[in-house]
Amino acid sequence: MDWTDDGIVLGLRKHGENDTIVTLFTHEHGRHLGIVHGGNGRRVRGIYQPGNLVRARWRARLSEHLGSFTCELVRSFAGTALDDALRLAALTSACAVANASLPEREPHAAAYRGFLGFLAVLDASNWPSAYVRWELLLLAELGYGLDLAACAATGSETDLLYVSPRTGRAVSAGAGAPYADRLLPLPAFLIRDAAWDTAAIRDGLRLTGHFLDRHIFASRKEGEPPARTRFMGCMLEKTT
Amino acid sequence: MPDSAIDHLVRLLGRLPGLGPRSARRVALDLLRHREQLLTPLMQALEDASEKVRECGTCGNLDLQDPCGICTDPKRDRSLLCVVEDVADLWALERAQVFRGRYHVLGGVLSALDGVGPEDLRIAALVDRAGNGELSEVILAMNATVDGQTTAHYISDRLKEGHVAVSRLAHGVPVGGELDYLDDGTLQTALKARRPL
Repeated sequence: MDWTDDGIVLGLRKHGENDTIVTLFTHEHGRHLGIVHGGNGRRVRGIYQPGNLVRARWRARLSEHLGSFTCELVRSFAGTALDDALRLAALTSACAVANASLPEREPHAAAYRGFLGFLAVLDASNWPSAYVRWELLLLAELGYGLDLAACAATGSETDLLYVSPRTGRAVSAGAGAPYADRLLPLPAFLIRDAAWDTAAIRDGLRLTGHFLDRHIFASRKEGEPPARTRFMGCMLEKTT
Repeated sequence: MPDSAIDHLVRLLGRLPGLGPRSARRVALDLLRHREQLLTPLMQALEDASEKVRECGTCGNLDLQDPCGICTDPKRDRSLLCVVEDVADLWALERAQVFRGRYHVLGGVLSALDGVGPEDLRIAALVDRAGNGELSEVILAMNATVDGQTTAHYISDRLKEGHVAVSRLAHGVPVGGELDYLDDGTLQTALKARRPL
């Protein structure tokens, strides 16, 4: 068995003295693990930093084997974020969320492209909105997409301000007003090309976080990945 | 078949870093061939290390005394503290003889994948040390990895409320490094950290 694909490094774990088990989010093969012989060496350790884009070749005798990767660095996104605490927290959070939520060896090309899109704007100013949009896309890819097109109660397509925490459907300002304290705020930038501020990003993260928790992390013993909790904490600190 | 003493020795040696089963066998054979010159002194040295070497309660270094020689050295600058991930990093800085302050060994880095949180590291002890009024600067000498820098940013946040300056090591072109062989990430951080000549 042998294939070559582009992949984003989600994480790595030391295996023995010299080897590393690397988790990649690949374009055509989804989240895939493989052993990198000599991956703990000084010369190649930089390639396997979370968030880096690599061209990976996977080889194994049988398809169900762990197999081994040989990778070439395509772009170092980790280097972009090292100096900036918030960007670095977002990068590690995205990797941890993808690692915790994506099933192994199941292609999710749209989520991959969304992740790459987020990484591509990581050094630009609009990275926070790209992050929230990516989590929304990830939920949709995993079958838990939110319906933000029209109000669940009135069918109205305008003035959408809330999301029902139970159904994941949008609710308009008028219909949601009596239940506002029980509904999740819907930031405008998620439904149209609107400006955003840190409060809107925080609302967006709360929205995606609620559904990620409910549908994905609740079934995990570890719950929400600590990297996402830390990123959320950094965003909250920025808005308070 | 019961394990012989030699097999047991080979298996234990094979667990040491840098030694596989074949090299462990060679080491075992060499030790047994040179009992007086190697095996007995090594046994004595291992016993001494096991009995006498301890972790410094202040900085986490390994030494024969607690507090360690570095913490009690009156010639060292008590206002500077260098935070490192591991004792090996402390030894590397000491070998280079470029830092004359004191150290704080964290015992690892925050790692989402391995489930290492702040409570697993000696971060609370560091915050206590930073708050004792003796320090003027804390230097974060973490590795230039995602986990290392995440830890550095976390510590920097924790120390924000104190009155100590927090700095970190520069990232960029290594001495003797050729640009052609550097990865994009290193080149990018080197360009970001450029300074006027």
